[in-house]
Amino acid sequence: MKKLTIGLSGLNNIDSPGPGIPVIRGIKDSKILNARIVGLAYENLEPGAYMHDLVDKTYKVPYPSDGVEPLLDRLRYIQEREHLDVLIPNFDSELFTFMKSEKVLQDMGIKTFLPTLKQFEERHKSNLPEYGKKYGVKVPYSEPITSVQDFVQHRDKFEFPVVVKGKFYDAHIAYDLDQVAMYFNKIAAKWGLPIVIQEFVKGTEVNVIALGDGKGNTIGAVPMRKTYITDKGKAWGGITLEDPAMMELTDKIISQTQWRGGMELELIRTSKDELYMIEINPRLPAWVYLAVAAGQNLPEALVRLALGEDVKPFQGYQVGKMFIRYSFDMITDLHEFEQLATKGEL
Amino acid sequence: MLKIRKNIAISDSGFVFDPLSGESYSLNPIGLEILQLIKNGQSFEAVSKHILEKYEVDAETFERYYYDFLATLKLFHLTEPD
Repeated sequence: MKKLTIGLSGLNNIDSPGPGIPVIRGIKDSKILNARIVGLAYENLEPGAYMHDLVDKTYKVPYPSDGVEPLLDRLRYIQEREHLDVLIPNFDSELFTFMKSEKVLQDMGIKTFLPTLKQFEERHKSNLPEYGKKYGVKVPYSEPITSVQDFVQHRDKFEFPVVVKGKFYDAHIAYDLDQVAMYFNKIAAKWGLPIVIQEFVKGTEVNVIALGDGKGNTIGAVPMRKTYITDKGKAWGGITLEDPAMMELTDKIISQTQWRGGMELELIRTSKDELYMIEINPRLPAWVYLAVAAGQNLPEALVRLALGEDVKPFQGYQVGKMFIRYSFDMITDLHEFEQLATKGEL
Repeated sequence: MLKIRKNIAISDSGFVFDPLSGESYSLNPIGLEILQLIKNGQSFEAVSKHILEKYEVDAETFERYYYDFLATLKLFHLTEPD
């Protein structure tokens, strides 16, 4: 295969890691792909920018919140130099911008493989109850609110504790109205409105990583349970499971929605063995390398789908495969930091 | 008769892995021996006979611990549902 150039974001490989580095590891492990990796960084201290064994070149890019045009201008500049074949955005907060720009990117010669805007919108946390009804999936009762007063109006529909969730990130369990107000303000200040108040479903959190081909087929899916969770609620360890019910639910969602691209289903399994869907993340999660290690190289499959290749669904994966994250002090030189900080390239 | 779930992985060292929940447990050698006997479809009478012949324990004590052990297996959903 000809050498590809693949652009990726999500290089913040810190305690709340982005999926960029594990996605790159999957691509580098591929026996089919031969890729040069171009990193897109939002911050000077995203570790991936300095990981030269994985990332060949890094460009700073403006935040999506700065507007679509500045980002596209920067991508035009990068494209002139790098000739990206495929681009994999890995942050929830940038997905909308990249989906909207799919056609423009295509005209530049950059292929993506993202959910459609309809798929992206309807699985939003604030639309989850309708989603559950439409596709016959159990979801906890929830209401989007734009003020604490809103919650007071819906107060009788909830029993404490409730989960207070941000639009993109953050979730806290609140045991009374004061805590709802506290978390509302905290999350709203960081991620904006609306805030979603969700019924608290008691059970074990389990997750599925999956990839849909956009025609209703599941190309791959691996269920996992977090075995170690940080105080930010991120998985610091996990193990693959054998769970036909989770696989069936994943297939059902992908076939009904014709999901295109990577996804992560966040589920709660109750003591009665019922599965509640609490969230759909519209991208590969940061634990994607566990799926690669278990036998499903989903980043490789994603790239091949973006290139328009015919990708056969994976058959099975290894159960009981584990990941354990660790932190590592990477040493770099000031001049590298200076390069990225002042010239926006490294 | 209580049956151990088919997909439970039991290693020779007594390490038990439940692939449905992702939980793992450690058994001592006698626990492992009993679990293997149950998994092979042995009845309480057969397990009891085997243990009483091999170890210094009276029938009453063994029966008490045996059912206690089964209750634990059930609690952790390692057995087939009734």
